[in-house]
Amino acid sequence: MNILVCVKHVPDTETAVKIGSDGKSISTQDVNFILNPYDEYAVEEALKIKEDKGGEVTLITLGPEEAKKTLRTGLAMGADKAIHLPCDAPPDSLSIANALAEVIKDIEYDLIFCGKQAMDNDNAQVPIMLAEKLGLPNVSAITKLELEDGTAVAHREFEGGVEVVETSLPAVISAHKGLNEPRYASLKGIMMAKKKPIEDKPCDCGDAAIEIVDVTYPQQRAGGKIVGEGTEAVPELVKLLQEEAKVI
Amino acid sequence: MKVLVFAEQRNGEFRKAAVEALCEGRRLADGELIAVVIGKGAADLGGQLGAYGADKILAFDHDLLELYSTEGFTACLQKAAETVSPDAILMAATAMGRDLAPRLGARLDVPVLADVTKLSFTDGNIEAVRPVYAGKLNVTVRSKKSPGIATTRPKAFLPTEPDGSKTAEVVAMDAAVGDLKARVKQVQSEAEGMIELTEADFIVSGGRGMKSAENFKIIEDLAKVLGGAVGASRAAVDSDWRGHGDQVGQTGKVVAPTLYIAAGISGAIQHLAGMTSSKVIVAINKDADAPIFKIADYGIVGDAMEVLPVLTEAIKAVK
Repeated sequence: MNILVCVKHVPDTETAVKIGSDGKSISTQDVNFILNPYDEYAVEEALKIKEDKGGEVTLITLGPEEAKKTLRTGLAMGADKAIHLPCDAPPDSLSIANALAEVIKDIEYDLIFCGKQAMDNDNAQVPIMLAEKLGLPNVSAITKLELEDGTAVAHREFEGGVEVVETSLPAVISAHKGLNEPRYASLKGIMMAKKKPIEDKPCDCGDAAIEIVDVTYPQQRAGGKIVGEGTEAVPELVKLLQEEAKVI
Repeated sequence: MKVLVFAEQRNGEFRKAAVEALCEGRRLADGELIAVVIGKGAADLGGQLGAYGADKILAFDHDLLELYSTEGFTACLQKAAETVSPDAILMAATAMGRDLAPRLGARLDVPVLADVTKLSFTDGNIEAVRPVYAGKLNVTVRSKKSPGIATTRPKAFLPTEPDGSKTAEVVAMDAAVGDLKARVKQVQSEAEGMIELTEADFIVSGGRGMKSAENFKIIEDLAKVLGGAVGASRAAVDSDWRGHGDQVGQTGKVVAPTLYIAAGISGAIQHLAGMTSSKVIVAINKDADAPIFKIADYGIVGDAMEVLPVLTEAIKAVK
């Protein structure tokens, strides 16, 4: 089974992100970029299927030259090869999905995995839009997957339960936390990743479909007060919640 | 401006967040407000939405639409959009809405402004504020294509009181929902009475300081007394004390309850990002220097395991 995994190069979640000098993007100075955490689940699931059924795992990313570092991370986990679509400033989800679909339509694959959302812009849209552009079914944000002959059965959480979804293959499936435990790259894996091929393919993101008007910091919360220590502070806290905050 | 709102329902009940989206649609539309209802009994259900200001209900009722499917529901909304030519399409940013909106956007070749907290029209296109980096920043975005689609974050928009004297015209619709490649085979519902984190007014969350899965019983007790939901920090989820569905913060859920009680949570940046929009935050932690106290309205320095049971009893007494 040949599997494509779409990945993204994103700031580490520990980053205190700062607004860039243009007021419309983030400052990348001193920011450590990583393989998007949700994409780790996607890579892991692809590797598990490869180990079980054979085939090849190919990573694909659209991003700046530095995004190759993220491709190397996935290659070190065990992916076989990677495709890099150079784009210094990836635009909105629709434009990215269009550009990805344009490249992917000429590639042979049995399944496409993505992380459910990139932890920078939190759009959670590219996997689903990509599926539509490729004319494939999608199952988004899954926490369990079983492959059968030509179909897949996935679990998808919603507010109040789980939907068990059956889909024909190929499909675009996006991974949520809980799907698996991503492996750490071994030293050998890291060494081998350096020799694995990364192919640059031209891509066209076209005109952005969304205009960024501005980026601002959310209102900071003013620090509150320490009511007291231990259980003795409870009566005062309850009084404050009732009379001052008026929430209970 | 004419606005179309997809009013999500499951088992004949509209989601709170769907009503919020509809009410925001009413505020936004200076022209017609059209609601789309999909599922079994959609026509009967749809009638009640007039009370929230909908002028017209497009009802898609079909056996294949009883359970959610991305393709089936997209076909219905595409048909609805073609029928009424709206200037904007809204739906709630729920599991369903966040799956459906991108598919519809790609189908209509228009972008989606995802999980927004503020909406307006500017020069005929929708403009929205949306939190990014799990709430570390806000970005204002404007759709360059029409109809712009937006998904509204649960609890970010206030619903209006229903006015029972208002009614809406219900139109039965038909869409080609033939060959679904992906379909829901089964729905496993959670226990009755479970409150979804993103919709909860009260959340009690536990972190590393709770020390074990069993100790979350203390958290559950307080959540129950408040009529709220249980949350957890990443540390607690990664220790398998709680399911990942309970995780609050980056790689988990972003929540905005009226009252958020953080127990034994130190306040890593990823956690703070997910709960900082709560109206009132209470922190209980042994470490007086824990970062959580910097954003909490009220703090108690102490062992959550000792403080919580006393707090539960005290709240029970005044409730």
